[in-house]
Amino acid sequence: MSTHNTLTPPPRDWWRLPIGRDEVLWVSVAVLWCVIMTFMMIYWYFAGNQNQAGEAYRITPEAFEAKAEAMVEKYTIRTETELEVPVVAVPPGGDIYLVSSQFQWNVIPELKLGETYRFHLTSVDVNHGFSLQPINLNLQLVPGYDYVLNFTPNAVGEYNMVCNEYCGLGHHTMVGRLYVVE
Amino acid sequence: MSNDAEFRTCPDTGLRIHLPAEKLMKANAVVAVVFLLIGGLFGLAVALTRWPAVHLLPAEWFYIALTAHGADILVVWIIFFEMAVLYFTSTVLLNSRMATPKIGWVAFVLMVVGALMANVVILDGSSTVMFTSYPPLKASPFFYLGLILFAVGALLVCFIFLGTLVIAKQEKTYEGSIPLVVFGALIATIIAIFTIASGAIILIPTLLWSLGLVPDIDPQMYRLVWWAFGHSSQQINMSAQIAIWYGIGALLFGAKPLSEKVSRLAFFLYLLALQLGSAHHLLSDPGGSMSFRVFNTSYAMYIAVLGSMIHAFTIPGSIEAAQRKKGLTNGLFEWLRKAPWSNPVFSGMFLSLALFGFLGGISGITMSVQQINMIIHNTIYVPGHFHGTVAVGTTLAFMALTYWLLPVLWRREVFMPKLAQWSTWLFGLGMGGVAVFHMAAGHLGVARRHWDMAFAGNPLGFEYSATVYLFMGVAGIAAVIGSLGALAYILCTVGTLLFGKKRPDTAPAAVSPEGVEAATTYGNHGKGWEAPGSLVLVGVFMVFLVVYYFANWKYLGSIWGIR
Repeated sequence: MSTHNTLTPPPRDWWRLPIGRDEVLWVSVAVLWCVIMTFMMIYWYFAGNQNQAGEAYRITPEAFEAKAEAMVEKYTIRTETELEVPVVAVPPGGDIYLVSSQFQWNVIPELKLGETYRFHLTSVDVNHGFSLQPINLNLQLVPGYDYVLNFTPNAVGEYNMVCNEYCGLGHHTMVGRLYVVE
Repeated sequence: MSNDAEFRTCPDTGLRIHLPAEKLMKANAVVAVVFLLIGGLFGLAVALTRWPAVHLLPAEWFYIALTAHGADILVVWIIFFEMAVLYFTSTVLLNSRMATPKIGWVAFVLMVVGALMANVVILDGSSTVMFTSYPPLKASPFFYLGLILFAVGALLVCFIFLGTLVIAKQEKTYEGSIPLVVFGALIATIIAIFTIASGAIILIPTLLWSLGLVPDIDPQMYRLVWWAFGHSSQQINMSAQIAIWYGIGALLFGAKPLSEKVSRLAFFLYLLALQLGSAHHLLSDPGGSMSFRVFNTSYAMYIAVLGSMIHAFTIPGSIEAAQRKKGLTNGLFEWLRKAPWSNPVFSGMFLSLALFGFLGGISGITMSVQQINMIIHNTIYVPGHFHGTVAVGTTLAFMALTYWLLPVLWRREVFMPKLAQWSTWLFGLGMGGVAVFHMAAGHLGVARRHWDMAFAGNPLGFEYSATVYLFMGVAGIAAVIGSLGALAYILCTVGTLLFGKKRPDTAPAAVSPEGVEAATTYGNHGKGWEAPGSLVLVGVFMVFLVVYYFANWKYLGSIWGIR
């Protein structure tokens, strides 16, 4: 075929034909941008305050629930709603064991503004999602894994924890609460 | 050896078509459209449920419809259509007979049986696990078996594609290297083989687990391997739709790539990075070191993104260069203004290209940033993103190609051509609206796969703002508009098969008035800009991308400290 397009075989010497300057310019811009984006993630890892890689450990649901029980016994300050969900005020720097299960959260954590807490997140049945509203912080909770992250709240208020991983037919009823106080 | 009695020559395009391959193309395309209808109706029901003022389905049916919508559209419709594309590119474009038509039919039957099996157990309520089916949520064994049968069928077609390439080479049906579009399809096929292998590696043990033969499936391992299947399958779609974009450029404008080297390299980059995309789904999961996350999520320094950014310029650029050589040289955009916008093959293709880049591309690049992911993960932003890729990208590209294929394969005029013209716009802009407003609602925290964002009657519930409700309402309206576009497409397609006027064998090509003849030759390199308008378009894209990307970093920096 004398003419050539994307549907026909290219000329025999296609590999040797020169590249136009339009393409050279755009590919250069694109390569530069790709490098910038890669280094942004590395930069933020060292300089940014939000990094969710955290730590993770294997744990059985029983072992995790035992730790959560101990926390509830020691730090409950009151209960809320007719379900009597315990509000736990763990001292700053302490460990908070947040258990997700179909279709509830074990506790309502109460945190102090500007203090750092070591959150342990897991599920004791199927995958769940930890979606903290309204700041829109979203994490995956996977059974068998203790996902450990240090949270430092920067605003006082009432927050909600929405499950945003489908976890069964009652998924949309799974919502909890979290307080940040002065 | 090839037997001339098994071929016909298309009077419109001059293409030689192998009849056994043509039958398979038709069968796969028809089943694809049937599942687009089924899966599309489930999608519409989902959209009408998430439209807060309508809230159509009860909870159980919402989750069933959502599972079915994911499986039927993301897998069944798209892959059946891709099978037709693989047959077309390997036989018609290479002027070759196909390898082993009988195995092609075995594959077809496996895929149909698998798709039906999965649908039955989704609809009977025994497999309401969402398309991703994360253990320990358990589906009926027939759900996994259905997907496995479907995948085996698709794998057979991949090997038929490779076999056909070997035959074409041996029988010297073409000279030199394979055409760019076939190269794109080859890349899609290689990715498909990796993808399906990953699917088998995870779905076979999961099937055994659902039968009680394996004690448990590690949920995190499942997510890693399943997404090597789930994410890579989107790279099949991307390679296929990009090959189609290039192909439509040639069909309508006689476009040749600005440079074969650059365009082929861009396809090849997908191949290098394909197995890394799984990590995009694990960025806010427990486990995985920072270096694992950054290396994988960036596709080893964004080499797959680089491939897409190259195509984003070279595809419109190749059309622009062809148009300019035909004399449409005024200003930056005469070539685009005077393009055949009323031809659904073109409008579908160009909308698909533009919307995929601006909606699916920009959102995908942003949400796959390791740290930014945690302000997006599992919100309705995610469905927003992938309606910006597989709906307005892949599906719309397939629609555009269909309008070209109908007269060629079925020898009939497109039924209700005015409606066909409308269909690409309605679908593209409607689904584009779904993408935009889901992303907007996701930024404000709305969860995906969630029946009741009002948390009615829940003592721990809370209220999203009125803005969020507005966004979800507009997304619902947009979904209705998009669905009308899809229904128009299905009506035109099925109508053409049943009632389309037979094309006389001497009729001139109506769908592609310029035909495949329009000549563009090499020789402009190094003498001025070949595609200045396209450079401006990608420049605008770049500005949007950079602003949006850094705006997300800024928002991330304002939330709690997380370490």
